Amino acid sequence: MSRIAACLEACKASGRKAVVPYIVAGDPWREITVPAMHTLVAAGADIIELGVPFSDPMAEGPVIQLGHERALAHNVGMGDVLAMVAEFRQQDPNTPVVLMGYANPVEVMGYDAFAKAATTAGVDGVLTVDMPPEEAGDMNAVFREYQLDTIFLIAPTTTESRTKAICAMATGYIYYVSLKGVTGAGHIDTDEVKRKVDGIKASTSLPVCVGFGIKDGDSAAAIGQCADGVVVGSVLVNGMGESVGMATRDDEADPSVDPLAGKDRVALAEVVNARILSIVSEIAEGANR
Amino acid sequence: MQTPFSLDPKKIDYAAMPDERGHFGPYGGRFVSETLIAALDELQEAYLSLKDTAAFQAEFDRDLAHYVGRPSPIYHAERWSKQIGGAQIFLKREDLNHTGAHKVNNTIGQALLAKHMGKPRVIAETGAGQHGVATATVAARFGMECQVFMGAEDVKRQSLNVYRMKLLGAEVIPVTSGSRTLKDAMNEALRDWVTNVDNTFYIIGTVAGPAPYPQLVRDFQSVIGREARRQMVAQTDHLPDALVACVGGGSNAIGLFHPFLEDETVAMYGVEAGGFGVETGKHAAPLNDGKPGILHGNRTYLMEDENGQIIDTHSISAGLDYPGVGPEHSWLKDMGRVNYVAVTDDEAMDAFRALTQIEGIMPALETSHALAYAAKLAREMDKDKTILVNLSGRGDKDILTVADIDGITL
Repeated sequence: MSRIAACLEACKASGRKAVVPYIVAGDPWREITVPAMHTLVAAGADIIELGVPFSDPMAEGPVIQLGHERALAHNVGMGDVLAMVAEFRQQDPNTPVVLMGYANPVEVMGYDAFAKAATTAGVDGVLTVDMPPEEAGDMNAVFREYQLDTIFLIAPTTTESRTKAICAMATGYIYYVSLKGVTGAGHIDTDEVKRKVDGIKASTSLPVCVGFGIKDGDSAAAIGQCADGVVVGSVLVNGMGESVGMATRDDEADPSVDPLAGKDRVALAEVVNARILSIVSEIAEGANR
Repeated sequence: MQTPFSLDPKKIDYAAMPDERGHFGPYGGRFVSETLIAALDELQEAYLSLKDTAAFQAEFDRDLAHYVGRPSPIYHAERWSKQIGGAQIFLKREDLNHTGAHKVNNTIGQALLAKHMGKPRVIAETGAGQHGVATATVAARFGMECQVFMGAEDVKRQSLNVYRMKLLGAEVIPVTSGSRTLKDAMNEALRDWVTNVDNTFYIIGTVAGPAPYPQLVRDFQSVIGREARRQMVAQTDHLPDALVACVGGGSNAIGLFHPFLEDETVAMYGVEAGGFGVETGKHAAPLNDGKPGILHGNRTYLMEDENGQIIDTHSISAGLDYPGVGPEHSWLKDMGRVNYVAVTDDEAMDAFRALTQIEGIMPALETSHALAYAAKLAREMDKDKTILVNLSGRGDKDILTVADIDGITL
C-alpha cells in the first residue's frame, strides 16, 4: 500500500478528515521550504502538496501565481524541488508528499527520468494540472511502474462519464475542485459540493479531497462534512507572502535583484513558520470540528 | 537552398489532420486543467456541428466579402522582382483586408460561432494589438462586450493599437504577471475564460492553444490559400513554385499553406523571427532553435530552459514575439513538408524599406520577415519561377517603431 493510501486509510479509521496544505517549493525563498514542510506537519498536515514552480501557471489565481514567481526569482527548478523532498524525508519518513505542477517541467526531464528521481527523493504522488486523462496515458503508465500515485482533478463541470474515466486512471485520492475558475476564487456552495462528492464516490472507492475556496476554520468545517480531506492553498501561500512583505506584485522591481537580499532570513523564517502554524492549525481544527 | 521532400499523398492525408482529439502526430492535443475541459467540449461540439452547414458557410462568406473586402488581390511585385534579379515575387494582399491584416478572417469566424453559441461577451489575448483590434472590431460589429488581455509591456509599446481598441469600445486589460507579454496575456485570458465560461467566448488569435483552436483558426484562415490557389492559376497559368509566410503562432502561414499541402511541386517556407540571430539565443524561433514541450494547452516546439520554464523571446516584431508555435507547424516541420527558416531583425528591416520604396507597399514588420526570406530565395531561383508571399498585414502600426530605430521622435 502506498504511503498516501495508508495515510488516508488511517485518517478514515480514526474518523478524521485529512488536512492537505499546498505550498510552492522555493517560495518565498529556497531554504524556507523544508522547515516549512515540517511546520505543516506539526500544525496538523496529513499530506503535503508541494507546488513545482512554473513560468506559466495558467490554472492559478493571482495569489498562487505570485508564489510561483517568488520561487522562480530564486531559479527553483525540478531538481531543487526533488532535493527539498529528499531532505524532508531524512527527518520525516511518514508524511506523504505529492508534487503538484504543470506538464512541461516533467516533459523536459522525460517521464522515466522524472519518475525515477521522484521516487528516489521520496515523492509519493504527482498531480499534473494540465494533463487531463485523455493525454495522460503514457505518463501514467510510467508513474505506475515506479509506484507513484497519480492524482487527478475533477471539476464542477466534469460530466458523469468523464468522472468515471478519471476515477479509473487515478490512484491515491481524487482532488475535487469545488469552484469554477482559478485557485483562490469566490465562495463555495457546500450543498453542491456534497452532491458532486457523492457522485464521485459512486464511481470510485478512492478518498475525495476538496480544494479551492477553503480559507478558514469555518469553510474547512463545512467541507469536512462532505469530503475525506480538505486542501488549503491560496490562503496559505498568501499568508507566507504577507509575512515577508511580498503578497503583492511590485511592478517596478528589478527582476535580477533578490528582493530578500540583506534581510535576516532566520528572523523571517520564524515569522513565516508562525504564520503557517496558525493557518494550518485553524484549518485542521475546522475540518474535524 | 530548396530542401527536397518526398511526399506520397496516399500515405499522408493532410486534410484529415488533426485526429478527433486534436493531435497532429505527437503535437497539439488538449493539455489543460480539468476546469477548462467542459468549455472546450462545448466549443468543439458547436464548431463541428456548424462548420459544414450551408447556412454557417454562407454567413461567413458574406461577411468576408462585404465586411472584410475579400477576395484580397494577388499583386505581381515586378519592380522588386526585377531588382532582385531572380524568381517572380507575387504578394497575397491580406494587408488590404478591413483592419489591415489577415487576423480579421478568424475573428469574424469565431464571432459568428460566439453568436450561435449565445455568448454575449468575447475576450482575446493580443501581442502587437492586431488580433485585439480585429476582435474589438467584430465585437463592435456583432454588439458584443469585449475585453482584451495585453501584456503590460506591450501596452506601453503599442499605444496606438491600445487606443484603437478603446475607440472600438473594448476594454484593454494590462497583464502584469510573468514576463508581461503575449504569453502571459494568453494565460490571463484562459483564466478569465474558465471563470466566466457561461457567458464568454474566448477568441484565440492564432493556430495554437488547446484543441479545437488550432483546427478552427486554420479552417477560418484557409480562405487565404484557397483564393490564392485559384488566383495564381488564373494569373500565371500555374501553381506557384514556392510559398513564403512569416510564423509567430503561425495563423497566416497555415492559412496560406494548408490548401497547397498536397501539391507536391509547391515548396513552402515558414519564416520565424531570428531576432539578433538564432545563434545568439535572442530570438523567437522555436522551430529553428527550440524543442517540443507543453504550453497553452498543446504540445509543440517551444523556447524553454533546462528546467522546462518558458523563456523570454526577442523580436523587433511584437506579433512574432511568442515562445511557442501552432502544433500543425511542428508536425509539418517533422514531416519535412514545410521548411522553417529564420531571418534577423535587421534583414526584416531591410525588406520593410525595400518593399515600401520600390513597390509603394508598406508591410507590417511581421510580414517583412517573410519578404526578407522571399528575396533570398528569389535570388537562387530562375526568372521564370514564381514565389507567392503572404503579405499578412500593413505596416502603419509599426511606423513609431521604425521611426524609433531611425532615431526620430514623431
